[in-house]
Amino acid sequence: MIRVDHISKSFTNELVLKDISVSFDEGKTNLVIGQSGSGKTVLIKCIIGLFEVDEGNIYFHERNLVTMSFKERQLLRREMGKLFQGGALFDSLTVEENVKFPLEMFSSLTSGEKNKRVDFCLDRVQLPTAHKLYPAELSGGMKKRAAIARAIVQNPKYLFCDEPNSGLDPKTAIVIDDLISDITHEFHMTTIVNTHDMNSVMEIGEKVVFIYEGAIVWEGTKDEILNSSNSKLNDFVFASNMAKKIKEHL
Amino acid sequence: MGRVISRPEKNKIYYKQVLNEIEILGINSIGIVIIISIFMGAVITLQTRYNLENPLIPLYLIGLTARDTMLLEFSSTIVGLILAGKVGSNIASEIGHMRITEQIDALEIMGVNSASFLILPKVIATVVFNPILTLISMFVGVFGGWLASVTTGALTSTDYIYGIQYWFVPFYIIYSLVKTIVFAIIITTVPAYFGYYVKGGALEVGRASTKGVVTSSILILLFNVILTQLMLA
Repeated sequence: MIRVDHISKSFTNELVLKDISVSFDEGKTNLVIGQSGSGKTVLIKCIIGLFEVDEGNIYFHERNLVTMSFKERQLLRREMGKLFQGGALFDSLTVEENVKFPLEMFSSLTSGEKNKRVDFCLDRVQLPTAHKLYPAELSGGMKKRAAIARAIVQNPKYLFCDEPNSGLDPKTAIVIDDLISDITHEFHMTTIVNTHDMNSVMEIGEKVVFIYEGAIVWEGTKDEILNSSNSKLNDFVFASNMAKKIKEHL
Repeated sequence: MGRVISRPEKNKIYYKQVLNEIEILGINSIGIVIIISIFMGAVITLQTRYNLENPLIPLYLIGLTARDTMLLEFSSTIVGLILAGKVGSNIASEIGHMRITEQIDALEIMGVNSASFLILPKVIATVVFNPILTLISMFVGVFGGWLASVTTGALTSTDYIYGIQYWFVPFYIIYSLVKTIVFAIIITTVPAYFGYYVKGGALEVGRASTKGVVTSSILILLFNVILTQLMLA
């Protein structure tokens, strides 16, 4: 479980996160939703320690990231996987080398065991024949899948996904969503997905947190979203004409 | 800087990285160093010959001048400036690109000390290999002077070879190599700093690259003066 306790973050006098407290459940796909610029990405970057918080604490199973030394953070991060918006695969390495990279850095597995683990992860994300391809040779969906394989190769306890569906067609987006959800349950990870894609919310959102102008204004499940009386949430969720029509038929 | 020189997570991977960087930053620079050094050696020899019209001055001093110019200044400082352009822009743009495409964040999330992983092997590679480039430049530059002498008839091969052997001060080589090591640290760390902290997109990476090259070039010139005063005064 990850527990965020009264955190605030500002950039040059602009308060981007305002006294946020929330917990993300273990073994579940937790979604952080909100408009562009609402503070979703900043929240995730604070949770993983890429941004320092101004106030508050962040607990990973009672280990406080905020008070950790640089070395302790490095050790904690080895329990994390992250899927970046653009994939963030290393350009100069093949897919196989990208996925193997964390193993080369930190594991004591033999070469054969590492190859076996890489094969397993690439099979798991349905990329069994992409070993020798470079990131530049992959489609958007393939890049995301390769990045997921790299994120899970070390059996992380925590998985973070930043806009996993951005730039993908609806069909590929569903494949990625399902993959994230399946992997979360299969490996019993605490997964946090940052998105503004309502299809993702309805597809995989077991716990949903809505951020509005840097503050959490609603928490619940995907089923509760449809019947919520929170006007800000409704404005966001039912922004499109199609969503409004669906709401009318509920 | 503290993060750059911290203990590597896995020595084997860093060792591989150092070898890789020696190839990219060092071995791939041999060609340009040879070309520039041979022409500079030739030009120094011809210009010195052109300015020495006095019959009382022996011609072998042209060889001595070419040798000492290469040893004292050209092979360390001018080659350092050239490498600041070639290697520095390479480093700043590579690291800057990794920053804006979140590859550095990806390293951090894996628990890798990205500053050390990306910068330390480059520093080690240039500190190890740039002195070799300097020695190559010295030999090739002096050879370029000889080639110019014999092909243009500016002075005889015998005079030139006598000149390059005349009053040889071995300390000049040590002085030059010390400068090269200091310049190697500047050439890698300064552009790496600008690349590592770049924010924005491709345009900012280009700007970081330019800033890295300009700043490292100025620092090379500044340290050239300081080291010369310290070591030769």
